[in-house]
Amino acid sequence: MPEASLLDFSVFNPRRLDEALSLLAEEENVVPLAGGTDLMVTLETGNLSPCRFLNLMGIAEFQEPFSWCDGKLRMSPLCSYRDTRIDKDVATRYPLLVRAAREVGVLAIQSRGTWAGNIVNASPAADGVPVLMVYDAEVELRSTSGTRTVPLCDFYRGYKEMDRASDELVTGIILPPPPEDRIEYFRKVAPRRLQAITKVLLTGYLLRSDDRIEDCRIVLGSVAPFTLRARETESILRGSVLDSETIKAARAALQGEISPIDDIRSTAMYRRNVAERLLDEFLLSASPESH
Amino acid sequence: MNTKETLEPVESEEAPPIIGENLPRPEGIRKVCGTALYADDLKFDSCLFGRTVRSPAPRGRVRHIAFGEGIPWDEFVIVLPDDIPGENAVTLIEKSQPFLATSVRHIGEPVALIAHHDRALLNKALKAITVEIDEEPAIFSIEEALEGKEIQYGRDNIFKEYRITRGKLEEAFSEADHVLEGVYETGAQEQLYIEPQGVIARADPKGEVTIWGSIQCPFYVQKALAPLFALSPEKVRVIQTETGGGFGGKEEYPNLLSGHAALLSYRAGGAVVRMIYDRREDLFVTPKRHPSRTRIKSAFRKDGTFLGLEVDFVLDGGAYPTLSSTVLSRGILHSFGPYRIPHADLRARVVFTNSTPYGAFRGFGAPQSIFALELHLDRVAHELGLDPAELRRRNFVKKGDTFPTGQVIKEEIDLALLMDTALKKADYARKRKAYEEENRKNPRVKRGISLSVFFHGSGFTGSGEVMLGSKAAVRLLKDGSVEVLSANVEFGQGTNAMFTQITAAILGIPPEWVRIHQPDTAVVPNSGPTVASRTTMIVGRLVERAARRLRERVLEEGGLSQGYTGEEFRETAKRLAAREEFREEAQYVPPPDVHWDEQRYQGEAYSGYSWSCDVADVEVDMTTFQAEVKHFVSVVECGTVVNPIIAAGQIEGGIAQSIGYALYEDVHTERGVMVNNQYTNYIIPTTADIPSIEVSFIRFPLCNYGPFAAKGIGELPADGPAPAVAAAVAHALGYRYINKIPLLPERIAAVVLEEEETAA
Ligand SMILES: Cc1cc2nc3c(=O)[nH]c(=O)nc-3n(C[C@H](O)[C@H](O)[C@H](O)COP(=O)(O)OP(=O)(O)OC[C@H]3O[C@@H](n4cnc5c(N)ncnc54)[C@H](O)[C@@H]3O)c2cc1C
Repeated sequence: MPEASLLDFSVFNPRRLDEALSLLAEEENVVPLAGGTDLMVTLETGNLSPCRFLNLMGIAEFQEPFSWCDGKLRMSPLCSYRDTRIDKDVATRYPLLVRAAREVGVLAIQSRGTWAGNIVNASPAADGVPVLMVYDAEVELRSTSGTRTVPLCDFYRGYKEMDRASDELVTGIILPPPPEDRIEYFRKVAPRRLQAITKVLLTGYLLRSDDRIEDCRIVLGSVAPFTLRARETESILRGSVLDSETIKAARAALQGEISPIDDIRSTAMYRRNVAERLLDEFLLSASPESH
Repeated sequence: MNTKETLEPVESEEAPPIIGENLPRPEGIRKVCGTALYADDLKFDSCLFGRTVRSPAPRGRVRHIAFGEGIPWDEFVIVLPDDIPGENAVTLIEKSQPFLATSVRHIGEPVALIAHHDRALLNKALKAITVEIDEEPAIFSIEEALEGKEIQYGRDNIFKEYRITRGKLEEAFSEADHVLEGVYETGAQEQLYIEPQGVIARADPKGEVTIWGSIQCPFYVQKALAPLFALSPEKVRVIQTETGGGFGGKEEYPNLLSGHAALLSYRAGGAVVRMIYDRREDLFVTPKRHPSRTRIKSAFRKDGTFLGLEVDFVLDGGAYPTLSSTVLSRGILHSFGPYRIPHADLRARVVFTNSTPYGAFRGFGAPQSIFALELHLDRVAHELGLDPAELRRRNFVKKGDTFPTGQVIKEEIDLALLMDTALKKADYARKRKAYEEENRKNPRVKRGISLSVFFHGSGFTGSGEVMLGSKAAVRLLKDGSVEVLSANVEFGQGTNAMFTQITAAILGIPPEWVRIHQPDTAVVPNSGPTVASRTTMIVGRLVERAARRLRERVLEEGGLSQGYTGEEFRETAKRLAAREEFREEAQYVPPPDVHWDEQRYQGEAYSGYSWSCDVADVEVDMTTFQAEVKHFVSVVECGTVVNPIIAAGQIEGGIAQSIGYALYEDVHTERGVMVNNQYTNYIIPTTADIPSIEVSFIRFPLCNYGPFAAKGIGELPADGPAPAVAAAVAHALGYRYINKIPLLPERIAAVVLEEEETAA
């Protein structure tokens, strides 16, 4: 059977959430479409099977990018990187969102691409997912049969496998307030400054009282089948004194957790080495001596 | 026409003021406003879209082409090799690849063509076709080709070989205090013009073929298509449409693509057929810069005197001869640099492999051989304990010196001045010292600075221009304006502005009254291809001479007197143009003292050279092993600069492209074809990665054969940046030389980590 061509695609344009949810529940082969910055690429390369798009752009309930409730930030599924870059409150409370948003594609993509799309696209090289994980984001999923939330850290199960049923829409991303006085880190390593797919990414925060690490988050991109929260490394760090011994142990733990591969964009060897060097750079920058 | 005419060198400093002015590009407004018509913008009442059925295997016989189910094949136009009316081979320098192969030599080779008016259905149909090949063993590297595995061309897989010798190399080595050997490699590079390859064809079965397309060399297409349809060349009309970049990539490939579109049209009874590649197909099948491997052995005295040079320069040509022999020639003729070398033995070979044929790309073989030599000299300087600039200074050629080709330098050149100007602008001496100190203290970031000095010959190599015998013309139009007729295309490099300025300067009229005729083989004379940095120096001179003749006739026949005003010229021109076709032509005549011995590869390889020095200032991040260029200085000597902004733009763009060559651009091949054939995965630097580039021009005392003593610059900036960047990276890394570009972070990491490991 020949592969799909543009003739095999069509679009639904729901105006309300319940309409969208029923279409998703009742029709076959429906694929949610937000900014389309991932889907259109897959379509163009001929790797998308025939389907019917569910265009989320017109849904009334999704139009406001942000809302605040009990000190938590709620991002709409249409919230774009640009929305994040231009919102002062968000930038002050969650600076890593802005750091990541600035390095996604280039301005045109940042205006169109959404955080929710980045989550569901589930690329191991995603740049939005890691910082959301650092902030303990929860994903709100809704279908005609109800609503549930899943911590983003537990959302992925394997390469492009996630805890989402085909009739569920992501209807929000919820971020609790992060701890005060944390030291943050973000570094995307890509083949050029903009318009580039990540080879290795490390982001996180560290909360220190004197020289002891109270808490931390370490999240990596492009070194595992999905965005990796480095829990082993975190647990080595948590409660330890931030010194060269600890850093050495953390680097070793990280090596045990990551499983980078050789592909068209880089090598496993490079990713392994650079991931460890980024961790080192982060921990040194958070050390008492550098403050 | 006066055939005994001789060409005089231009020595005068005096040029009319419009030469050297920043005339805006005549085509600029329509490009910026989007009204310029590129091939895909042309509208026809009805047309078919064409696509190519390609080989999935690198070598073997086509056993069967299966047209799968679910497609209304009777609605399609299909062309198989047997349907070709004339000769099934692309005529270029020699007969090159077949238009449609029955025996394939590389993956992606065209084996059949299909067309339909519904593009979506066409694309679906293409995927329903299976090509079955009886596969044979293939080879994919220079090494395999030289080992003589699977001989597929001649006796030894070598397409072409050249040898240049001078003096006695053994003497140099026995006299030398210092001998150094090195092997240098460069990867393929993709031109990445913004507008992909595309043509539109109408081939009337009555025997007339018309091509509209994005092409650099309209007469090449004509020459290739005439035998394909067994027609005389005048029956093939080729019209260049606005062309969105070429960089050499549209020199030869349009021959094949035009043939394909025309074959489909012919088979469809003369219907218009469009073949416009998308980016993936373009990157997958079109020719790229030849990968190279150069072995160098040098002999020096302790004091840095260059005694001898041995070069073994090898290019991977891919599966067909295409333009490889001339790329190789330019490569070897630039392999010795602007240095006095008493003894030299230079050998060049281009080999066959089952890769997509490699082709023309800005620089045309010179960037590869210059990379090897210039990086090698940096190593020599380091080993001799000399500054790399100092080593060069001690060996620069001067007027009266001789190149290994026997060519004597007749221009009053001062390369030390050229280099010193660049070093000063780059603050080289201070930075070189300061960086070495900083690097000792800073483990996270290492900085380096280094240079290259090089030349590029303008025009076709050797007797090439004589063989071309190009012609250009100028004529009066009825409204009193003047039109330039040439086959040289504007594809971003400034041809239109340059021709306009030259014509206006000679005729003494405002530039607005000069028109440039779109290259169309039915109207313009054959002024040769738009390649080889020849348009300004060679064709510009033809335009200048034609304009002078036109001026003389206008004075004579129109009764104008010297010192006329522009307005007077225009009125006279109107009168004269109303009477009859008023047109003057000029044909190439070689400079009197230029001779070339094709057998011995000795003589005046080029009638003019442009000279340049590049200084690259780089930073290597030791956390990520990423090298970045932080500042770049280029000083250029190209005689008279006709249009400074356009010229500087050419240099800047070339440098950006070459920084890509040095650090970013990696054509990733599997079984001879590019597999990262997408913008996403073929990484060129964007403006965010390109540093400030400082370009300036200096002038040696003028004496050359270009119009108003102008020489070519199109390719020059493709030559020097890569070795300057690689040498600067080596400087940053504490003289750890990596002799292979691109210097991807992965490559730098491998070298640094290996050393860390052995140290530990
Ligand atoms: C030129 C270019 C550059 C890029 N650069 C980067 C980069 O630097 N970093 C990076 O991480 N990404 C990059 N991307 C990828 C892409 O922009 C991001 O992943 C973006 O966040 C996707 O969002 P979207 O809204 O466009 O997703 P879409 O393409 O609309 O959807 C992506 C996937 O998510 C699903 N989906 C979307 N919304 C929902 C929802 N509410 N509920 C359920 N499923 C949903 C879709 O069905 C689809 O499977 C780039 C893309 C392009 C074209």
